[in-house]
Amino acid sequence: MKFLPLIWSNLKRKKLRTAFTLLSILVAFILFGYLSAIRMAFTAGVEMSGADRLMVTHKVSIIQPLPIAYRERIAMVSGVREVTHANWFGGIYQDPKNFFPQMAVEPETYLSLYPEMVLPAEQKKAWLADKAGAIVGRTTAQRFGWKVGDKIPVMGTIYRHADGSNAWEFNLDGIYDGRDKSVDTSGFFFHYDYLKEGTGGTTGLVGWYIIRVDDPAHAPDVARRIDPLFANSPYETKTQSEKALAQSFADQVGNIGQIMRVILAAVFFTILLVAGNTMAQSVRERTSELAVLKTLGFGNGQVLALVLAESCLLAVLGGALGLAIGWALITAGGDPTHGNLPVFYFPPPDIAVGAALTLLLGLVTGLLPALQAMRLRIVDALRRV
Amino acid sequence: MFNWLSQVATVTGLSLRTVGQRRGASIAAVIGVAGVVAVFVTTLSIAEGFRRTLMSGASPDTAIVLRSGSDSEMMSGLRREATSIIAEKPGLARTAQGPVASAELYVVADIPKRSTGTDANVPLRGVQPAAFDVRSQVKIVQGRRFEPGRSEVIVGKAASQEFAGLDLGSKLHFGQSEWTVVGIFTAGGSIAESEIWCDVGVLQPAYRRGDTFQAVYAKLQSPQAFDEFKDNLTRDPRLDVKVIREADYYAEQTRAINGIITGLGYLIASLMAVGAVFGAINTMYTAVASRTREIATLRALGFRSGPVVISVLAESMLLALAGGLLGAAISYFAFNGYQTATMNWSSFSQVAFSFAVTPRLLVNGLVYSLLMGLIGGLFPAIRAARLPVATALREL
Repeated sequence: MKFLPLIWSNLKRKKLRTAFTLLSILVAFILFGYLSAIRMAFTAGVEMSGADRLMVTHKVSIIQPLPIAYRERIAMVSGVREVTHANWFGGIYQDPKNFFPQMAVEPETYLSLYPEMVLPAEQKKAWLADKAGAIVGRTTAQRFGWKVGDKIPVMGTIYRHADGSNAWEFNLDGIYDGRDKSVDTSGFFFHYDYLKEGTGGTTGLVGWYIIRVDDPAHAPDVARRIDPLFANSPYETKTQSEKALAQSFADQVGNIGQIMRVILAAVFFTILLVAGNTMAQSVRERTSELAVLKTLGFGNGQVLALVLAESCLLAVLGGALGLAIGWALITAGGDPTHGNLPVFYFPPPDIAVGAALTLLLGLVTGLLPALQAMRLRIVDALRRV
Repeated sequence: MFNWLSQVATVTGLSLRTVGQRRGASIAAVIGVAGVVAVFVTTLSIAEGFRRTLMSGASPDTAIVLRSGSDSEMMSGLRREATSIIAEKPGLARTAQGPVASAELYVVADIPKRSTGTDANVPLRGVQPAAFDVRSQVKIVQGRRFEPGRSEVIVGKAASQEFAGLDLGSKLHFGQSEWTVVGIFTAGGSIAESEIWCDVGVLQPAYRRGDTFQAVYAKLQSPQAFDEFKDNLTRDPRLDVKVIREADYYAEQTRAINGIITGLGYLIASLMAVGAVFGAINTMYTAVASRTREIATLRALGFRSGPVVISVLAESMLLALAGGLLGAAISYFAFNGYQTATMNWSSFSQVAFSFAVTPRLLVNGLVYSLLMGLIGGLFPAIRAARLPVATALREL
């Protein structure tokens, strides 16, 4: 600790160079924050999926509907605690650009199956009582400036009224929040009965079923009991865990995660090189000074520690600032694609990883010059100009 | 003037010849810029490749008819009577077999990806025989066409590479029927290569769609016939449809993906560029600092500050250009043509495409690198020009 002033004045020797090295490390860690948030955005569906939830879809594809009559039969399967269902509405609000997911659900059971959707009790009550009512997540509500009590006109694309018109109107009864930041709050939910009556009561088909099982450990058995019930019927089913379905969607989007890792690696390699080079340079310039230190009685280990401490100080300082700024930008600025990503935040575990990386960066960049400084022979070094 | 130019040439030549002495710092700057340019070009090549796949098949004389209010085939629906009315309209191209219009059904089937083994939404298109005339670029490269009325499919080349079990002769199960892959086709690199095609008459009962379709693909007599065709359809009281040119339809479909990729790509590349510019500034400051005495000597000999500024800028921009070339080369050789597939959210189905590192992107990358070199060299150059000659000469 008593050498801190010495390390500090070494850093101050070339203020400009220190400042720019600090800034490039800072930028690298802001970037790290954005990459973490992006990675999270693409995998949030997988990470937030409930272990005790199963999804029942049509065997051929999720776009094929299932009969509403399956509800009772699924509910009777042993190990199934609760069943609900959803229909993809796919409507347009003002302009096709304003995409957000809309689903027709059975409100009470749906909310019970998704406890991560937090809705104030009085809003929930109002929604359950209002057949033309809907609730929306905080992100989408903020995006369009909706308030509880608003009337939301949506143009149906898949579902139309019996008279051929495609204008649907919903009363906004509630705005839900996520239990934590990983919850997607872009969804819009309304009564399945409203859809059914609106289309002339002919629907009788739902998009998919969601099941809560008694015990997550038995989920695979429950899935195996459901599919045979409907085998060889016109509507065969495929039951899988919510996680598996979310994973298959994430895989469909493509190997984004891998591309992100490659970019991250490229960035770190680049920054490492630039910072490492600057460190090496500043040690080389001070060769004779280090020799003087050694002459004064500094041991090899002390010189090594001195140089390493300098690089670590620089890296940790720049890194910590970068992580903090990155966090602030992501939290304040939000989704850079304007609503195309379901969630966008800097996940806390990644902040910890980032902190560890700052230290690692300091150690790696300082190591080579530190070793050179340690191996320095006083006689050679003092002779150099 | 000539004197000034020759000063520029001399000083620049001198600084470039001494780059070798500052090898470490110069290489660091080059690699820094190379990293930025590689990431920049590669990210944008993803968006470019996707756009190219969706746009390449679109021909100006093809129109798509959907139910009004739907913005993709997936959401559309047309009854058979409507498709017959559409096929009789003026402006359509005709052959001996009748109008060149194909009423189609567009659905998806769960088929595992080869790379991950997880199910993906592979587009399955039921077509009428005229489909092969509407899309003249479709060519069977293996096997044969499906026979109408039979449970046979043909598979696009990209789909057959990207998804498992789509080889010639393999069997597929959708619902209760079994389908045989009887052919593999190419379509000039267009989106159709990501699709599976079969006879629409067989697909309707398999997907329980009754006698309905989702879109009519129609070949027009000429691109100019579009307006007449469109007016005629939208004015017809028996129909409730919208008519769009194929090119406009696919341009609309690329918008979401383009927005995500280019939005993120520019964000990442600009942040990285800031980092690389700091690196370049550091390198050039070091270069100027290590040549303090040399520059001061030149100034003492009568060289003016302008040529000194230009020499520093030239060095910095040349280093950046070298980095830009390296980065562009990395991007081109590592990623051009890299095949992948992603979800096309507007049609809820998979599109197989490959990264397209186009000359335009490469040029953009190089311009970008020069810009970084310019900014990185500017402040050190001004500093070099302002060096007080007397003190600088004394410096060690």
